[in-house]
Amino acid sequence: MIEFREVSVRYPRAAVPALDHVSFVAERGRITAVVGPNGSGKSTLVRALLGRVPLASGSVLVDGAVIDLRHRRQLAMRIAAVTQREESVFPLTIRDYVSLGRYPHLGMWQAASADDHRAIARALELTGTENFLDRTLDELSGGEWQRVRLARAIAQGGDAIVLDEPTTFLDVGHEMAIFELLGGLASDGLAVMLVSHQLNLVARFAAHMVLLHRGRISAAGTPDTVMQGSVLESVYEWPLVVTRDPAIGSPALVPLRVPARPNRTRT
Amino acid sequence: MTPLRWTLLIVLLVSSMLIGVMFGTLRLGMHDVINGLLGHASEMNNSVVRTLRLPRVLLSALVGAGLGAAGAALQGATRNRLAEPYLLGVSGGAAVGAVLAVAFHAPHALIPVIGFAGALGAVALTLLVARAAGGHGDARTVLMAGVVVGAFANAAIMVALANADAMAVRGALWWMMGSASDASWTQVATLAAFVAVGLAILLAMGRAIDVLALGDDTAAGLGVNVARVSLTVYVAGALLAAGTVSAAGLVGFVGLLVPHIVRLAGARTHRSIIGSAALAGAALVVFADLIARIAMPPAELPLGAVTAIIGVPFFLALLRRLA
Repeated sequence: MIEFREVSVRYPRAAVPALDHVSFVAERGRITAVVGPNGSGKSTLVRALLGRVPLASGSVLVDGAVIDLRHRRQLAMRIAAVTQREESVFPLTIRDYVSLGRYPHLGMWQAASADDHRAIARALELTGTENFLDRTLDELSGGEWQRVRLARAIAQGGDAIVLDEPTTFLDVGHEMAIFELLGGLASDGLAVMLVSHQLNLVARFAAHMVLLHRGRISAAGTPDTVMQGSVLESVYEWPLVVTRDPAIGSPALVPLRVPARPNRTRT
Repeated sequence: MTPLRWTLLIVLLVSSMLIGVMFGTLRLGMHDVINGLLGHASEMNNSVVRTLRLPRVLLSALVGAGLGAAGAALQGATRNRLAEPYLLGVSGGAAVGAVLAVAFHAPHALIPVIGFAGALGAVALTLLVARAAGGHGDARTVLMAGVVVGAFANAAIMVALANADAMAVRGALWWMMGSASDASWTQVATLAAFVAVGLAILLAMGRAIDVLALGDDTAAGLGVNVARVSLTVYVAGALLAAGTVSAAGLVGFVGLLVPHIVRLAGARTHRSIIGSAALAGAALVVFADLIARIAMPPAELPLGAVTAIIGVPFFLALLRRLA
């Protein structure tokens, strides 16, 4: 559904391009995960999709048509995004915040319709956030805040959802809950595109992985093809082994410790 | 904002306006005011109410409404609690205009017009600088450009004042400190048109400002054209501020303070923040103008000084609550 075709992005004054001829497709009905070290271009990919960085070459397509940034609202009705950074200088209530997901659907003076209310109620229910509707954003814990952001994106509707690091700051339970929720959305037919550092979780949930390294794709395919020790070791520049997850047998990365030097004190 | 709070705000504004018409050198009763408005009072009371006090009170209300709404919208669009209506070079440009008018011996009546032109010029310069530096999409760039243009304006003022004579300097300073004392029905009508258009644009942008306040990337993801919405809010806010400047000079603190007050009173989405800031700002400036008139008779205090005197302790209290 979302296709990156030979996308290159070059930031001003940067020596190397942030993205260098990147091509892949995030299909409906599955989780497509974009992984890679810090600075490998993952977030730039999301910003390119949102039209926040100019493309040096290539194009981003939605269902075969090049996206037209003059019609951002139409794009927003089809693709919801949870970006990495978000501010809440003027804290809204959760009710108002999740309702903003319906922004692209509403005319300037149009009040929310029954459809809008249904979409909001469903998003709140799916994310388990219906109990803190009247609290404000600054009263939420990190985990609640991430769930509320996801609720806003689900309320947005559409058939694709793009998330940049949705489980940062979350404990294991909350992180799993988010991944299960995303898995559920994918099996409902949505295209879920996920940028994440959590390789092992991604390997369990994603059908397709794209490994970025310095703006280029190092490996792409099923978790089994991407999670190769030699590839990951050179990309992350750290000794590691790939083993099998004891629960379900998906590939799992285990970073190794480097041998301690004798003159170094333990902390 | 609950309907009760909106009602209270309107009652507050109407009663401050009523009190504003009642009090002054000549004190009128409620009865005199109503008869004066209808033209049934004595010749003198009719004239005091209809040609002196009412236009002055209305002009003050419009100045406050414009500054409150502009401040609220600009704080939201720049995601900055310290943003205020004069931010984009309005105050510096207006002051340069006023001082230049004085330095070149322009007639006193032209000062507001030239001040308005100076404000518009400075806003245009700020937006051009921001655009050259990287676009209107990034609020920080626009804020920095406003600071740069403001600093340049200050330098220009000092150069111009170095050559002006003392009386002229006093005239320019007095105008810059703000006053509604020259209020006329023409001014009321002009400013009413400014406020009506500016307020309508900002209220229309209210939802987009809510989204913009979440950050540029999130706003783009929700379908907002960040650069276009930001520019619309900047231009509408700056025009509102420039309109108030031409009517009553520089009235500080209102646009900074009032949005904080209405947010504390429960306004959360920007349509309600902007609307209630317009009402609260109007009430505040009407009240401040009343104090300016009656605090030290027969002298009048500068309106900008009164709003600052009211504003500073208020703002300190707010800081304690926010911290």
